[in-house]
Order: sequence, then C-alpha cells, then structure tokens
Amino acid sequence: MFCHGDWSTGLSLEREELEVAIWRGDATGGGFEAFRVPAQDSQTVLDVVAWVQQNEDPTLSYRFACRVGMCGSCAMMVNGVPRWTCRTHVKKVLKDKKVTVAPLRNLPVIKDLATDMDPFFDKWIKAAGVHHPSKTRDDPIEPVDPSSATRLEADTGIECINCSVCYAACDTVTGNAEYLGPAALQRAWTLYNDAKDAGQQTILDAVAGNGGCHNCHSQGSCTLHCPNELNPMKAIAGLKRATAASFFKKRK
Amino acid sequence: MLDMRLYMLQRITALIMAPLTLGHIAVMIYAIQDGLTAAEILGRTQGSLAWFLFYGLFVVAVSIHAAIGLRVILHETLGVKGAALRLFTWGVGLVLLAMGGRAVWAVTVL
Repeated sequence: MFCHGDWSTGLSLEREELEVAIWRGDATGGGFEAFRVPAQDSQTVLDVVAWVQQNEDPTLSYRFACRVGMCGSCAMMVNGVPRWTCRTHVKKVLKDKKVTVAPLRNLPVIKDLATDMDPFFDKWIKAAGVHHPSKTRDDPIEPVDPSSATRLEADTGIECINCSVCYAACDTVTGNAEYLGPAALQRAWTLYNDAKDAGQQTILDAVAGNGGCHNCHSQGSCTLHCPNELNPMKAIAGLKRATAASFFKKRK
Repeated sequence: MLDMRLYMLQRITALIMAPLTLGHIAVMIYAIQDGLTAAEILGRTQGSLAWFLFYGLFVVAVSIHAAIGLRVILHETLGVKGAALRLFTWGVGLVLLAMGGRAVWAVTVL
C-alpha cells in the first residue's frame, strides 16, 4: 500500500511502497504486471526496475550500463513518456501514486523492457551518420575553429547519447516506418557541420531520400523529450534548408 | 515516402498559393462592396487572360499541393504505400485539376 510521505524533505520512506506496473512479454505480445516496490530516497525508475529483477522476478529483462546518463542504454516508456530511467527520479513521475514502465515505443520488443535497437542504429548508417574522412593519417590534423558558425552548430548536437528517447517520442516514426528519425538526422546535421568530415554531399543525398528529413512535421516531440536537452527539430530544419539550397544549386 | 522532389513541389506551390489566396480574398471583399451580381462579375472575368492566369495558376498549385499533403496523411494514417499510394496521389491531383480547371474555364473563358 502506498502511503503519503513528505517527498520534499527527503525523510526516510522505507515503510512506503510504490505501485509499479511493468510491461512483460515479447514480440508476440504481452501486458502489464503489478509489483510493490519499497520506496527509497533519491530512487530512480531504473532503481525500481532493478529492485523488481533482484527481489521479485529474476527473469525480468531490461537494459542498462552506466547508470549516470552517459551510455543511453536504459531508456524506457515511463507513464507513457520516453525517459532515461537512470536519471529519472520516481517521485517526479508518480501519477496517482503509481508508475508504469514499458519498453521504448517505435522499436520491436525483444523481451519485457528490452527493445531491439537495430532499426534505430541502422538508420544512423542510412542517414550517412558515420565519419567521412577528409585526410589520411599522414596528413596534418585539420584545425577546428571553435568559434566558427559551423562548429557552433555542430556543438549543439554532439552530446547525443543514442538513447533513442527522441525516436520513441516521434509520431512521424510511428506513422512512417521508413523515416530516419530525429537522432539519425541530428547526427547527419552534426557531421555536415564538422570541419573534419568530407561527406557533405553524401549526407545531403542520404537525408533527401524517401525516409529523409523532409518527412519531419516539426511536431517537436524529439526536442521536448530529449534528456540532454538537445534540439533535433532544429537540426532537421537545418538539413531541410541545406538540401533545399543544394536542390537549387544543382539546377543552375 | 516524401522525398526531396515532392517536398520542394509542395513548398513551392505553397509559396505560389499564399499571395493568390490573399488576392482572391481581396477581390471577393472588393466585389461585394457595391453589390455586384454574378452576371456583372462574369462580365469582367470572362475573356480576361489575367484572371485565367490568376485562377489557372491557383488551381494547378492547389492540385499539386493538396495531392502531396493527402498522400502524406494517407500513408501515415492508414499505411498505404507503393503503387496504391502513387495512384491515390495522381488521382487526387488530376481530379482537383479537372474540377478546378472546369471552373476556371467557365469563369474566365466561356
């Protein structure tokens, strides 16, 4: 039974319990299973999931690694919203004294809370989100001016941790399976602005195809939910501008 | 589903439609100020190359713009793709072009 506690003062909450519904199942289907988890101070959603796996059901599958918001492994749907669970305090997401945890949206489920990330990373490659070398190892290192406009633009996207929260938040991905998604397109935009990347035209060609940046409706869910407060929607707008400029240049 | 070509077509037709829509609204407001009858309006538009080009261009832009927009909605809502989606896009575009073209013909040519 959940008891009201004084969350704000951080008093001991050892006797209180959280009502947690965790999605169990696999690619063929599944449903929510209820658990009661002891409440603790500074408890994250990942702590809750780990407690269930360690104390209630060792067969519960989920994915995590660093637990400090760097690796991008532990993203899940928390109360229907994609979040990095290792940096999400339970007390901030409790709704009616309950919390639900489900696998990330827009990705195939492997088991329970673990999704297959292959489609997500395949789209990074498809968006040319890989380094395109401009020099050999024998050449001097390309100087990067940290104050240049392109470097400042690239800097806005480099903190992406590949957690797929934006991809899970995107309604366009839901409706259009080919769409590359916000993370891959932001990566493409970052490399497009990188002085050390020689694949500008390759990137523009890659993001101008069927599932490319032009499918974005600028709904902004990616930017709203990005745990690192990046702005993939702005990056995609940048790609739209760059591809449009390239479109007219080619016709001159 | 929406590639560069379709995206540019939809944006360019939007740019064309914007001033034409404002012009159309302005003309409507102007035309009803003195209580012009349909016959009087037709008397001014029929045989006018300028009005033929004005509304003809508008109809072409609308046909392209709406067909691409509905294509996106159909694909993302119902998952229609491939040949069926192409057929739908061309169908909507041609129907709008035929209906609009018929109206433009009647108002500015006949």
